[in-house]
Amino acid sequence: MIWLTWRQFRGSAVMTAAVLVILTVVLALTGPDLASQYATGIADCTPDNTCDQFFDRFFDGHQLPFLAVSLVVLALPAMVGLFWGAPLISRELEAGTHLLVWNQSVTRGRWLAVKLGLTGLAAVAAACVCGLAVTWWSDPLDKSAFADLAQMAPPVFGARGIVPMGYAAFAFVLGVAVGMLVRRTLPAMALTLAAFAAIQIAMPMLVRPHLMPPVTSTFEIGNVNGGGIHVEGQGGGPVYLSLRAAVPGNAGAWVLSGDLLDPSGRTIAGTGEEAPVPVSVTSGPCAPQEAVPHGLDACWAEINRLGYRQQATYQPLDRFWPFQWIETGIYALLTLGLTWLSFWWVRRRLS
Amino acid sequence: MTSALQAQALGKRYGKRWALSDCTIDIPAGHVVGLVGPNGAGKTTLLKLAGGQLQPTTGGITVLGERPGSTPAQLARVGFVAQDTPLYAALTVAEHLRLGARLNPRWDAALARERITQFGLDPAHRAGKLSGGQRAQLALTLGLAKRPELLITDEPVASLDPLARRDFLQGLTEAVITHELSVVLSSHLVSDLEKVSNYLIVLVDSRVRMAGKVDRLLATHHRLTGPRRDPVRLPADQRVISVSHTDRQSTFVVRTEAPIHDPAWTVSRLSLEDLVLAYMEKPAENRRAAVEVQR
Repeated sequence: MIWLTWRQFRGSAVMTAAVLVILTVVLALTGPDLASQYATGIADCTPDNTCDQFFDRFFDGHQLPFLAVSLVVLALPAMVGLFWGAPLISRELEAGTHLLVWNQSVTRGRWLAVKLGLTGLAAVAAACVCGLAVTWWSDPLDKSAFADLAQMAPPVFGARGIVPMGYAAFAFVLGVAVGMLVRRTLPAMALTLAAFAAIQIAMPMLVRPHLMPPVTSTFEIGNVNGGGIHVEGQGGGPVYLSLRAAVPGNAGAWVLSGDLLDPSGRTIAGTGEEAPVPVSVTSGPCAPQEAVPHGLDACWAEINRLGYRQQATYQPLDRFWPFQWIETGIYALLTLGLTWLSFWWVRRRLS
Repeated sequence: MTSALQAQALGKRYGKRWALSDCTIDIPAGHVVGLVGPNGAGKTTLLKLAGGQLQPTTGGITVLGERPGSTPAQLARVGFVAQDTPLYAALTVAEHLRLGARLNPRWDAALARERITQFGLDPAHRAGKLSGGQRAQLALTLGLAKRPELLITDEPVASLDPLARRDFLQGLTEAVITHELSVVLSSHLVSDLEKVSNYLIVLVDSRVRMAGKVDRLLATHHRLTGPRRDPVRLPADQRVISVSHTDRQSTFVVRTEAPIHDPAWTVSRLSLEDLVLAYMEKPAENRRAAVEVQR
């Protein structure tokens, strides 16, 4: 049975392995260089306290490969579900070859166990190699990324560490189960992709924020969390302040909400909204002629002096590994559930 | 006599539709059994239940005395060539034999090689490129080389041309003689079965309408042609299978053990095909009464 499973699987296995080898070789060759660039940059910026600017420059320079490799890790589980999972059983049902193999001296339970086990292990191994290699390579970039691409933030979190293994195992078994129920390869592939994408979107929106109670605290407004100020109309209109989804001193945190509080502690703007603040842009610290040489530092100080604060709810970066383990565990449980369903279905219902 | 296949009140439902209902059947071992019936009679469902690919909705079925598909040992005793002889299109002939060798403890590699050579199959050919007849031969080879005690084939020749059909049935007959195995093969064409079967079962609407050894069936069924007459006026030992009347003439197909002496009748022998057709034609209301099994 192992021979037959390998014979049917070897084409796509070899192709995937080749792509992964190329990816890891490229990452292995460019990784040390990236790390040394980062180390040099940090050494240069620490004395004169300009590391924020260095981070921006460094990340800007490597944003494209950063996004590309993260996308590869995010897409791999979906591909596994689509091209390994969905056709695994449905292709046999479509061609009628299940009737051939079920009438050799092998029970269908064993047949499914070998197919699921061998291909599933390959899927997890692929996700493991891909996920860990990218995590290692992108470490300097993760330390300098924008708040939107912070290590805990949804698109990046799923492309780092061990969760890709959980995703791959789940996507694979999801594909197998859907293929068994739908019995036709193409609709099974489409359905698998749709279902997996829906779950991958629902997870960070509905489940992941509550894996541990988020931290809520109040911060002074500064360059990290201050989005900007803008003036309505020409010259004398009211001045609006907006905040960014970031918290000072917590680089890499996942900010769930960031509200602007007025001096009395009332929320006057939610995440991504803006609210008027009583500062002048024609004179004083927030005036453009003041801002040009010194940045907005003086203006933030003025706003903080008036009593405006950011109240943020966030998951700090030190929860990265606990979250990775919990989420991988959740996907492992889902995988086990679907595996059980597949065995039950192949023994009782499939024909 | 031991049974190759036994079913009691066997039924299989797909959703609301019964593909097979209340099927009670006992197929003896040691025969080449032809299972004939119109399309939709439940032949494929019955054979899939026998192969263990389907689970019965009601009733029970045993094959060689065991629940089908229950254990690897039971699977090893039964060969099955499914309808349309499915094969892995991407695998070569040689790889199919390797598959058989890997998955069957009693695999007879010499037999498999011999059959492949005999039918001129190139081991390096992909199964997807084979002709229908070659595919059927390869599938049959897989079924035979696992050395089963019972071989079940479902409409194996339905999609073959007459020459390939003849070759396939010939190969089957040779294997039966060499390896002393029981065979159940289904078809909706009596002519296919006639050549190889020595036992015949007619299945109509999932019920066994007639079952028996072919020579016995032919010896005890007669066509009577004569002046028009009501069937109730026939002797009690003559069971009427089918009736047709014209204005003056009546034609009966009857089954009887006794010789027919009535001089009014012209008595003629029936071909197997006529016999099967006579059983298939029976009007619906009399079906139950017609269920007769003779051995």
